[in-house]
Amino acid sequence: MTLIGWIQIALYCAVVLALVKPLGLYMTRVFTGERTLLSPVLGPVERGLYRLAGLDERQEQHWLAYAGAMVVFHILGFLVLYGILRLQAVLPLNPADQSAVAPDLAFNTSASFITNTNWQSYGGESTLSYLSQMLGLTHQNFLSAASGMAAAVALIRGFSRASTRTLGSFWVDLTRATLYVLLPLCIVYTLFLVWQGIPQTLGASVDATTLEGAKQTIALGPVASQVAIKLLGTNGGGFFNANAAHPFENPTALANFVQMVSIFAIGAALTNVFGRMVGDERQGWAILAAMGVLFIAGVAVTYWAEAAGTPLLHGLGLEGGNLEGKEVRFGIVGSALFAVITTAASCGAVNAMHDSFTALGGMIPLINMQLGEIIVGGVGAGLYGMLIFVVVAIFVAGLMVGRTPEYLGKKIEAKEVKMAMLGILCLPLMMLGFTALATVLPAGLAGPANAGPHGFSEILYAYTSAAANNGSAFAGLSANTLFYNSTLALAMLVGRFFVKIPALAIAGSLAAKKTVPASAGTFPTHGGLFVGLLVGVIVIIGGLTFFPALALGPIVEHLAGQAGQTFATGG
Amino acid sequence: MAHASQKSLFDAALLGPACINAVTKLDPRQMVKNPVMFVVEVVAAFTTLLFVRDVVAGGQNLAFTGQIILWLWFTVLFANFAEAVAEGRGKAQAESLRRTRTETTAKLLTGAAALPGGPRDAHRVVPGPDLKVGDVVLVEAGDLIPSDGEVIEGVASVNEAAITGESAPVIRESGGDRSAVTGGTQVLSDWIRVRITAAAGSTFIDRMIALVEGAARQKTPNEIALNILLAGLTIVFVFAVGSIPSFASYAGGAIPMTVLVALFVTLIPTTIGALLSAIGIAGMDRLVRFNVLAMSGRAVEAAGDVDTLLLDKTGTITLGNRQATAFRPVRGVTAEALADAAQLASLADETPEGRSIVVLAKEQYGIRARDMASLAATFVPFTAQSRMSGIDLDGSSIRKGAVEAVIASLESAPVPIATGATARALHPRLDMVAAQEIRAIAEEIAKAGGTPLAVARDGQLLGVVHLKDIVKGGIRERFAELRRMGIRTVMITGDNPMTAAAIAAEAGVDDFLAQATPEDKLALIRKEQAQGKLVAMCGDGTNDAPALAQADVGVAMNTGTVAAREAGNMVDLDSDPTKLIEIVEIGKQLLMTRGALTTFSIANDVAKYFAIIPAMFLAFYPQLQTLNVMGLASPQSAILSAIIFNALIIVALIPLALKGVRYRAVGAAALLRRNLLVYGLGGILVPFVGIKLIDLAVTALHLA
Repeated sequence: MTLIGWIQIALYCAVVLALVKPLGLYMTRVFTGERTLLSPVLGPVERGLYRLAGLDERQEQHWLAYAGAMVVFHILGFLVLYGILRLQAVLPLNPADQSAVAPDLAFNTSASFITNTNWQSYGGESTLSYLSQMLGLTHQNFLSAASGMAAAVALIRGFSRASTRTLGSFWVDLTRATLYVLLPLCIVYTLFLVWQGIPQTLGASVDATTLEGAKQTIALGPVASQVAIKLLGTNGGGFFNANAAHPFENPTALANFVQMVSIFAIGAALTNVFGRMVGDERQGWAILAAMGVLFIAGVAVTYWAEAAGTPLLHGLGLEGGNLEGKEVRFGIVGSALFAVITTAASCGAVNAMHDSFTALGGMIPLINMQLGEIIVGGVGAGLYGMLIFVVVAIFVAGLMVGRTPEYLGKKIEAKEVKMAMLGILCLPLMMLGFTALATVLPAGLAGPANAGPHGFSEILYAYTSAAANNGSAFAGLSANTLFYNSTLALAMLVGRFFVKIPALAIAGSLAAKKTVPASAGTFPTHGGLFVGLLVGVIVIIGGLTFFPALALGPIVEHLAGQAGQTFATGG
Repeated sequence: MAHASQKSLFDAALLGPACINAVTKLDPRQMVKNPVMFVVEVVAAFTTLLFVRDVVAGGQNLAFTGQIILWLWFTVLFANFAEAVAEGRGKAQAESLRRTRTETTAKLLTGAAALPGGPRDAHRVVPGPDLKVGDVVLVEAGDLIPSDGEVIEGVASVNEAAITGESAPVIRESGGDRSAVTGGTQVLSDWIRVRITAAAGSTFIDRMIALVEGAARQKTPNEIALNILLAGLTIVFVFAVGSIPSFASYAGGAIPMTVLVALFVTLIPTTIGALLSAIGIAGMDRLVRFNVLAMSGRAVEAAGDVDTLLLDKTGTITLGNRQATAFRPVRGVTAEALADAAQLASLADETPEGRSIVVLAKEQYGIRARDMASLAATFVPFTAQSRMSGIDLDGSSIRKGAVEAVIASLESAPVPIATGATARALHPRLDMVAAQEIRAIAEEIAKAGGTPLAVARDGQLLGVVHLKDIVKGGIRERFAELRRMGIRTVMITGDNPMTAAAIAAEAGVDDFLAQATPEDKLALIRKEQAQGKLVAMCGDGTNDAPALAQADVGVAMNTGTVAAREAGNMVDLDSDPTKLIEIVEIGKQLLMTRGALTTFSIANDVAKYFAIIPAMFLAFYPQLQTLNVMGLASPQSAILSAIIFNALIIVALIPLALKGVRYRAVGAAALLRRNLLVYGLGGILVPFVGIKLIDLAVTALHLA
């Protein structure tokens, strides 16, 4: 570890923190329907869209209607995307003559992109047409992110409103999230990326002759626009197979730094939106602080593990950190930091191969996802996932002040606890359940490239990444098979909607309640004590569930590695 | 019962039956009410079956497996034992109550004899249980009151020790707020005519028995929510443990079923699951020992949540009742004439204030008490609307009451009281000068914290009686404590705002409601509730009933009317309104105990993982020995120690569950910090030490 490395980490945190307030204020104004800087331009567009859809923007929805609208919206999105992928061979904008996507892969990819996971069982440049990339994927990159933000805003309204049946309108929230937040940011961001050297073209790939005289095909395409939303919307699906490690997706050190910032930007600012909308910004900072504690701890472990390297290589005289699978352009700190950010935030874009990290270095991304992507998390999804943990933490410890538990004046009762537990339960079921299945079935065992604990980690990582809607891959796993495509798709769908719908149910139940004014007897939820409590509950309830699995994967691999042991390859 | 039965936590007489009950409670139909412990019972039964199969077939490691199974059963039994001990304490109290409910006979009065003033000797003796609601019975000195009822005639001293534990007799009389009598209590002197208000089997004592026995116990909302959380955590650990066999087979090993079950049982929140119902029962029991009966656990929980406390000034904030201390006539009226009129108006007034006026008139001016009947006078009772009472006699009308009420009545329509020569009185004119003077005197009295009572005769204001309140010692400190707990106190009084303000300031309450009518009280409760606050109040009169019913915690005084007792969700047997404060503390204590043990239970899991995980996988991944941070002797001793710790911690925490975590009025943040440190951090650390010690013992005894 180097001082310059830590300075880079500190600078990163400072830039993200600096963005929280302005972006939070802007988004609060957007979602509360107040005028913003962009209203003169976008207001008419917004109203036009409503008129076109025959929508009354003042018509608010009950949580069931809100959730229903969201589900219908995603089912339709799924069908359209599936159709495009299956028919891409006959549709326009296919200069590379890509053939139709196979049914299981199309199913997996559609599930992946509507759930904001962007797990890719395929290589983008070798499988998809430009139309599939732009109309299919980029389109869902926007909408799945906007839908996550809408759900988060609805849950915030559950806390901020009192004695009401409605949570706002899904259609309005979705439109505003896309129109006022994602689109303007992406336009500016795309221009920046193009300046940094990312291609943005509809032209076909370019053939080049190398110095040795060999012919090389250089894939191109509308890359910059998709990269912008892949990061801002914490989607993570790359245009190229190598994702952010590819020089055309992540050309410079500055681009790398800005890309990392853009992953956290909206998620972190949503905590401020939360604080503002519930009328106490400190509440938002407390949530962000809990996220920050877990984040810094993760960065410290991964950076340390990667910088320390492996004793096996040291034994061969290769001193220094672990550079396997990393771009030398970004180095150890740039790769470690990116890995922790992308898994903390449910993004899944990668600028290094997580599979090649040291055992402990690779364990942190795994844990980040297993906690449920609540360390900043996916746009919207991170906040509502975190608030589900808040409900549980408050319920357990809130009793200890001698009152029935309440958060922001809302009593946490049976219904909220039931829904919160449902949201928490579905992740270990998907992650551990499918891993257990894959580690005994021949179809599952055919996947990993390595034997022993590392192969186990590869399978565990895949289901963890899918259920947590992260989408990053540990690599090493051959996932484009019927078994993996279908089970991973299921994990993604359950991991998304069985957290999101309970979150909306909690919102509906909370909105109907009265708000109890705070007093000296109320549990203060804006201080260090609350942050500590929340972190403790997340680590114990969210993390301990995975201790046996981690012990059999990265932990034993690490201990064996320290002792100089390896496990036979094959598998 | 109550005061006397301050039993120690583990009374030998209770432990025997509790042990037996712990076994009978193994009945799955009962266990299923407690999801966590039910799951433990199911897996214990399942592994027992496997064990029997292995014994028959001749398996390996039988001694170890047998011990694990034994401790699984102990875990369930300890949980049942905790509940049985908690219930046992209530049962002992119920027994002593039952003894008072022995077969009684009743002297049933029918026809004319049933009416007040009717003949008393025409009664028929019937068995007590045959009485129906509405029957009228005669109860004479030495008789047991056959059932709950309301005194419709007579005054008697009654021994209510059976329900209050207080041996000093209390007065029960018709009319007013002390008309309710309880079945099973004994009349010591005089006689009363009682209208029965409760049928056999649903009397107050019956309900008390059901409550303290826990028979009527239903899960409270918070308990239900907590059970959902515990069930959810149990399912999470089903996933965590259920996936291990596959993982192990991938790694080329196999884990014995007993070891998986041991890990599962130690991880699921058995500690709180085992003690949850004991905590609830003990909470109710603490109230009972405090001589307060909660009609539901929900009420106890609500008590912990109370934001606003409505306290009647009289008897709660001030000592007993106001006493008349001076007669203050207006100019042109002698003090004696005022005293005479005030005394006449108070003759039939049975309130303590009324009596104190009669006493003062006799002390200061030697005016003797007169008989209402011989004066041919009609008593005009106090109503909450008129806020006046008085007397009509001899063509003359005397009224006393709140100053503004009396003046207002004179301003409004004149009361026709006489004809002919006294026609002057047909048009009583409000004497503006006298009214001004009265107001001045009243203000002076009020500023001093006293209560002015205006007296008027035939439309003429005579003067003011000065009634004085004395604030109870120590009450100010109690209110300060409540403020630190985050509870706002509101004093309710019929006094005018100025008097109320003076007493409120002296007592240190946060707010007051002056000149409160029952409607005002109700409106205040609704207003607070509309802001999301929970309101507690106590009351005794019939006119308190609507407010008692509306309040989230309504404590009715046992001396109160039947209506009040029905409306509240708690009854204070000692009729001490100050207890509301302790009731709130008991509610908070109950919730805190639940939270503390849940936190402790969940925090325990960290150490258990570190004990069992390395032990479990050691056979095929010896590298995991590094995780054995406690340095436990062998895989088997590690697993056994964890499961023994898990069972023993239940027993160790029974006293805490029954006594409750102490509540300190230090503010929520400080309280939480302390409890998180003790039960959160303690919960993480204690099992590391405990499991290590048990491991040393297990190894020394060669158990594994």
